[in-house]
Amino acid sequence: MKRYVYINDEDSSQDLYCGNRISNRKYTVFNFIPKNLWEQFSRFMNQYFLLIACLQLWSLITPVNPASTWGPLIFIFAVSATKEAWDDYNRYLSDKKANEKEVWVVRQSTKKHIEAQDVRVGNLVWLRENDEVPCDLVLIGTSDPQGLCYVETAALDGETDLKTRIIPPACMGIDFELLHKIKGVVECPNPDKDIRRFDANLRLFPPFIDNDVCPLTIKNTLLQSCYLRNTEWVCGVAVYTGNETKLGMSRGIPEPKLTAMDAMIDKLTGAIFVFQIVVVIVLGIAGNVWKDTEARKQWYVQYPEEGPWYELLVIPLRFELLCSIMIPISIKVSLDLVKSLYAKFIDWDCEMIDHETGIPSHATNTAISEDLGQVEYILTDKTGTLTENKMIFKRCCIGGICYGNETGDALKDVELLNAVASCSSDVVRFLTVMAICNTVIPIQSKTGAVLYKAQSQDEDALVHAASQLHMVFVNKNANICEIRFNGSVDHYEVLDTLEFTSDRKRMSVVVKDHQNEKIVLLSKGADEAILPYACAGQQTRTFIEAVEQYAQLGLRTLCLAWRELKEEEYQEWSLMFKEANSTLVDREWRIAEVCQRLEHNLEILGVTAIEDRLQDGVPETIETLRKAGINFWMLTGDKQNTAIQIALSCNFISPEPKGQLLLIDGKTEDEVCRSLERVLLTMRITTSEPKDLAFVVDGWALEIALKHYRKAFTELAILSRTAICCRVTPSQKAQLVELLKLCDYRTLAIGDGGNDVRMIQQADIGVGISGREGLQAARAADYSIGKFRFLKRLILVHGRYSYNRTAFLSQYSFYKSLVICFIQIFFSFISGVSGTSLFNSVSLMAYNVFYTSIPVLVSVLDKDLSERTVMQHPQILFYCQAGRLLNPSTFAGWFGRSLFHAIVVFVISIHAYAYERSEMEEVAIVALSGCIWLQAFVMTLETNSFTILQHLAIWGNLVAFYIINWIFSALPSSGMYTIMFRLCGQPSYWITIFLIVAAGMCPIVAIKYFRYTYTPSKINTLQQAERLGGPILSLGNIESQARLIEKEGSPLSITPKNRNPVFEPLLTDSPNTRRSFGSGTPFDFFQTQSRLSSSSYTRNCKDN
Amino acid sequence: MDVDGGSLASDAVVVRSRRNKAFYQFTQQKLPACKPVLTPPCVITAFLLIGAIFIPAGLVTLRASHLVVEIVDRYDTECVPDAFKSNKVLYVKDVSIPKNCSRILKVHKYMKAPIYIYYQLDNYYQNHRRYVKSRSDQQLLHGLEQNDLSSCKPEEYDNGLPIVPCGLIAWSLFNDTFTFIRGREELKVSRKNIAWKSDRDHKFGKHVYPFNFQNGTLVGGRKLDSNIPLSDQEDLIVWMRIAALPSFRKMYGRIEEDLDADDVVVVNLMNNYNTYSFDGKKKLILSTSSWLGGKNDFLGFAYIFVGCSSIIMSAIFMLLHVKKSKEPNGWHIYR
Repeated sequence: MKRYVYINDEDSSQDLYCGNRISNRKYTVFNFIPKNLWEQFSRFMNQYFLLIACLQLWSLITPVNPASTWGPLIFIFAVSATKEAWDDYNRYLSDKKANEKEVWVVRQSTKKHIEAQDVRVGNLVWLRENDEVPCDLVLIGTSDPQGLCYVETAALDGETDLKTRIIPPACMGIDFELLHKIKGVVECPNPDKDIRRFDANLRLFPPFIDNDVCPLTIKNTLLQSCYLRNTEWVCGVAVYTGNETKLGMSRGIPEPKLTAMDAMIDKLTGAIFVFQIVVVIVLGIAGNVWKDTEARKQWYVQYPEEGPWYELLVIPLRFELLCSIMIPISIKVSLDLVKSLYAKFIDWDCEMIDHETGIPSHATNTAISEDLGQVEYILTDKTGTLTENKMIFKRCCIGGICYGNETGDALKDVELLNAVASCSSDVVRFLTVMAICNTVIPIQSKTGAVLYKAQSQDEDALVHAASQLHMVFVNKNANICEIRFNGSVDHYEVLDTLEFTSDRKRMSVVVKDHQNEKIVLLSKGADEAILPYACAGQQTRTFIEAVEQYAQLGLRTLCLAWRELKEEEYQEWSLMFKEANSTLVDREWRIAEVCQRLEHNLEILGVTAIEDRLQDGVPETIETLRKAGINFWMLTGDKQNTAIQIALSCNFISPEPKGQLLLIDGKTEDEVCRSLERVLLTMRITTSEPKDLAFVVDGWALEIALKHYRKAFTELAILSRTAICCRVTPSQKAQLVELLKLCDYRTLAIGDGGNDVRMIQQADIGVGISGREGLQAARAADYSIGKFRFLKRLILVHGRYSYNRTAFLSQYSFYKSLVICFIQIFFSFISGVSGTSLFNSVSLMAYNVFYTSIPVLVSVLDKDLSERTVMQHPQILFYCQAGRLLNPSTFAGWFGRSLFHAIVVFVISIHAYAYERSEMEEVAIVALSGCIWLQAFVMTLETNSFTILQHLAIWGNLVAFYIINWIFSALPSSGMYTIMFRLCGQPSYWITIFLIVAAGMCPIVAIKYFRYTYTPSKINTLQQAERLGGPILSLGNIESQARLIEKEGSPLSITPKNRNPVFEPLLTDSPNTRRSFGSGTPFDFFQTQSRLSSSSYTRNCKDN
Repeated sequence: MDVDGGSLASDAVVVRSRRNKAFYQFTQQKLPACKPVLTPPCVITAFLLIGAIFIPAGLVTLRASHLVVEIVDRYDTECVPDAFKSNKVLYVKDVSIPKNCSRILKVHKYMKAPIYIYYQLDNYYQNHRRYVKSRSDQQLLHGLEQNDLSSCKPEEYDNGLPIVPCGLIAWSLFNDTFTFIRGREELKVSRKNIAWKSDRDHKFGKHVYPFNFQNGTLVGGRKLDSNIPLSDQEDLIVWMRIAALPSFRKMYGRIEEDLDADDVVVVNLMNNYNTYSFDGKKKLILSTSSWLGGKNDFLGFAYIFVGCSSIIMSAIFMLLHVKKSKEPNGWHIYR
C-alpha cells in the first residue's frame, strides 16, 4: 500500500488521511467512567471484591454489615479513578499545547498562520529557524543556496548533534516565490515507525521541469518534533500527520507495568482463592448435611420443612462471605500506600541528588520499586549513561613524540606549546588535519566567539583542541575553510569529502591549499584503518605503541595522516569518485572502493587520544552490581571499538587473561549463522571456566540473528553474562529487552537519550538519566536519576528494602486475615456449621482495616541489614532476585503460622471461657484480643530494626485496640456494651491472654531462633556479624546457578536455563580463537569475518 | 526579659530543628533504631523465665479452681417416668403428664454462700445462625413502637399481631423450675440480680411488657407474666445472652445460705424443657466461686504445660549451645 500525496492540492486527499491533531489521551469525558471501571474490573481482585460486596447485600446470607465491604471498595475505586483522570488530564493539556502551536501553511497560494492541528497531508509548511517541525515533511525548499538545512533530532533519536537535510534534486533551484505554487505528487509508503528510512518518490508537475521520478530518502525529510537550526527558513510538504507520523507511530502506549512481586502476590491470592473455594464447598456440604440430620431435630431453630429452591446454596454462600476476608481487601490499599512511600524515599534520598545539577532522583512510576530489588539484567546505553558525553582531547603523538604523557593533558604540555609556537612542520600539519578533516560547522556568534556544531563529539573535541593550539577553524563558506593560525589566515578549498562509514572506519577530505595551490588528502580514522596504509618506509612502530598505550588508558584514539596529491592523480580519481557517487547499485561499496584508491601511501602524522570521561563511580557501580549477580548488557549506537574500550575501562568486561570477547558479525545470513554458532560453542565450552565471557554483536548481525536465528541467539543471551551490542537502533534495543523478558528475566534498561526511550518503556524497569541529552528518557522512564552511579543505591538499597518490606507486608496481610478466618471456620464447627460469625461487624472491619493494618505499615521503615553492609556484600541481593522472601514456600510458612495461631486462640478461648462464661460477645472479644496480642508479638518478632515509629505503631496499636473497644463498650446501643470493661476487670481474661501469647509465640520464637542460629541464611549471618560486631565474614559465592534452577516455567522450553551444562572442557582453545591479535587489542578477540581492512591489517602488523 | 525571650526563641528553634532533624532522618530512612538479635543467652533466659513464671502461675490458678465446690446433677433422663423412657419426646410434649420430679443432691464439701445455681444444656446450639439472628434488640428496648420485626423471623407475628419479645430466642425460653429443700425447710433462693445490670438497665425496656407471647399454636418454652416489664424478666435476660458454645450454663439463682458437708438437698423440679428431641442433656449445677470464677482446670493445666515446655526448650537450647561452643569455630562462623 502506498499513499500519494498531492502537493498543495486542496481538493483531493483532504479527508483521506487523519488530521494533524495529536492525541495521547486514553479517555474522553464520556467514556471515562465506563472505560475506567472496565479497566479496574479487569483485575481479578476487584471482580472478587465486587462479587463479595454484592453477595453481602443479601441479608439472608450476610454475616456482617454490607457497608464493611462497600466502603473500602468504593474508596479504592475512587482513588485509582481519580489518579487516572488526573494523568489523562495532564496528557490532554500537553497535547493541546502541541496542537495549538501556530505554523505557517500555504493556503490558496498565500501563507497563512494556522494552528498545528489543522495541517493536512499535502499542505506546504513553512518553518523558520528554531521552529519545531509539526508533522513529517518532505523538504522542497530552504534558504540555503546549496539546498541544505540543519535539524536537531534529539526528540526523535536522542542525538543532539545537528544533522544535515537536503532538498531533493528535482526541487533544486526553484525560486522562493514559485514554491508557493509548486504542484506535484509524493509517492510514499504507508506510515511506519522506522525513523531511518523513507523510500519515496517525488514527481513535480509541469511547469516545474521534467516529470522524471526523483527518489527521496530520509535525508530529504523533516520529521515531527525535530527542531530547525542554523537555517533561516525551510519549506516542506506534509506527508504524515497527527498520530501517523514516524514519531507518533513509534510512540507505543506504555503498558502498565506489573512487578514480579505483584504477579507472585496475584498467584498466591489465586491459591488462597482456591483454598477458600474448597473450604466453602466442604463446609457448605457439611452444613447442609448437618442441617438435614441435626438441625431439623433442634426444634428451637424451626427449620421449615420445605425451603426455597436456593436453600442448598444458602449455607455455602454464607461460608463464602465468612471466608471472604481470607483475601484481605486492605492489601491493595496497604500495598499502594507503602509503594508510594518507597517512591517518596527515592525522591527524598539526599545521597541520590546530583550535586552538579542539583537534580534529585525521582520515581515517576510509584508501583514497581520491588522490581528494582529483583533485577537480573541491566541493559545500558553507553554515551551519556556510562560516560559523561563530554569528549576532551587529552594526548597526542606527533611524529613519534608523545605529548601529554606527563601532565595528562596535551594542551598543557609545554613541549607541545613550544612546538606550536615554533611552527614545527609536523605539528602544523597535524593541527591542520585536526582542524579541517571533519564535517564540523563553525558558527560565529555575535560576540565573535566561534561555536562548533559537530555531528560527532570526537570531531568537536579535535576542532576545539586545535583552536586552543592556535589553529582556529574560523569559518566555512561553501567549500572554503578559513583557518587562522598564529595570526595568519589561511584558506583551504574542500574538493571532496570521503565520508566516514563504519566499514572504512576513516574519513578523509581532499583540500586545495589556496596558499600554494597544492592538493592534499587529509585522513583520520581508526588505527587499523590508517596505519596499514602508511607509505612504504615510514616507521609505524611508535604510533602502534602510542595507540596501544592510549587504548589501555581507555582513550579513544584516532590516527591522522596526509598525502600530497598530484594534480593529475586527483583529476583522474575525481572522475571515478563522481561516477561512483552516482551509481545506483551498491553505491556504498563502490564509493568505498574508490576511496581506497586514494587513501594509501599515507604519511602518518600522529595519533590523537580523546577522552570521553566516564562518569564518576561507574566502574565501581558496575563491579558492585555484577557482584550482586546482575548481568550487564551494553546497547549502544556507537561503533564497536569505542564500545569495547569503554566497556573495558568501566569493568564491564575484563582484560585479556580473565576475560574473553567473542565477536558475532557478518553481512549475510550464513556468515552470521556461522559466527553465532562458533560463539555459542565457545560459550558452552568455557562456561565451566572462571572466565568472564562477553559477546559483541553489531546492529546488522543482530538484525539477522534476531530474525533467523532467534533460538540460538536466545541461548547465547542466557549463557552470556555480558554483551556489547553496537550500532543498534532504538527498536533493536527494545527487541533485546523483549528477548530477555521472554526468557523470564527481570530487566532494567537505563539510558539518557531519546533513542533509549523505547527500550526504557519496554523493560520491566526503565531508568532515565536526566543528563546532557535532555529529559526525554527521564520523562519516559520509571525512575530518573542524575548519575549512573546512583543506580547502585537505587537497586541495592531502595530496591532491596522495598522487596523485603513488601514481601513481609503482603504475607503478613494474608496471615492476619487467615488467622481470623480460621477462627471463624473453627467456630462454625461448634455452631452447627450454620455460618454464624463469632465476631461482630465492627470488630471484623476494624480488625482488617485498622488493628492489623496500621502496625504493618511501619514495616516500611524496617531494615534487615544496614545500607553499609549491603553495599559491602552486594551478593546478598541474590535473595531478592531469586525471590527467596516471597514464594510459595515462605507463604506456606505464614499459612501454617496462621493456622497454628488460630488453633491456639480458638482452643484457649473456648476452654477458658466455657460453661457459665460462654457468652458470645465475651468469647468473641477474648478471641479477638488474643489475635491482636499475638499480632503485636509477631510484628515484634519479624521486625529487624525498631525505630521509635515501630514501637509507637505496635504498642500504640495495642493500646488503641483497648481504647476503641472501651469506647464501643461505653455505647449502650452497641452490641458490645460493657463487655470490654467487664473483661478487663476479670483476672481470668488477663490470664487467658497471657496464655495465648505464650502458647502462640514460644514455638515460633523457638523455631526462628533455631533457624537463625543453626541454619542461618546469608542474611542472618550478616545480621549477626553486623550486630554482634563479629568479624566480617566472606560470604562465599551465593551460587548463581541456584536461582536458575529454582525458576520455573520458562516460555522457551528448549532453552537450557541451567547455566552449568555438563560440557567437557576438551578444548582449552576454540579452533577459531586467535589468541594474539597483532597488538593493540588487549583482549582475546576472535574475528570470523572482517571485510576490507581488518584482515589485511593483521597481516600488515605481523610484517612490521 | 530579654534573656527569657532569647532562651524561649532558641528553645523554639531547638524544637523546630529537632523536628526537622527527625523528619530528615525519616526521609533518609536513618531514624535511630535498635536491632535486637536472638542471641543464645537471651533466648535461653527468656524461655527459662517463662517457665519460671508460668508454672507457679499455673499452680495458683489450679488451686483457685480446686477451691471451688461444684455439684453437678444430670436430671433429664432420670426425671422421665419409666413408662416414657422409650419415647421421651412424647412425654415432654404431652402437657397433661405431670412433669414434676425430685432429685437428691449430697453436699460432699462445705459450700460457702453465695452458692450459684446454674442449669446446663448440652448439645444445644444457641449459636446457630438462624437462632442468633432471630431477635430484635430495638423491640426489647422500645417494645411495640418498633415495627420492623423482619429480623425476628420466623417468630415475629402471631395471629397478625406482633409478638413481644419476638424471635426464636425469646420463644424458646428455658422453662424448667427448681426449688431446693434442705431437711425440712426450703432453701432461700434469690432469683434477682442474676442478669447483667447493664442489660437490665439499657438493653431491656422498663416499660416494655410481654405481648401476644407464646399464644400461638406452637408453644416453645416458658410463658412470661405480661404484667412484669422485660427489664425485670431476668430469666429472659439471662437466656437472651447467647452462649457461644453448644454446652453452656445459665444462672438460675443464688442460694444465700452456706451448705455444710454431708447436707442433703432435695430438688423439686419441673422437667418441662424439651431436650429429648435432639439428644440434649440438662444438668443442674450448684457451685461456689473463687477469684477466678467457677471450676475450670483448663487454665491451670495449660499454664503448667506451657511452663514445662519452655523449660524443656531452654534446656535443649542450652545443650545445643554448649555443644556448639565447644567446637573450635564457635557457633557463628560459617565456611
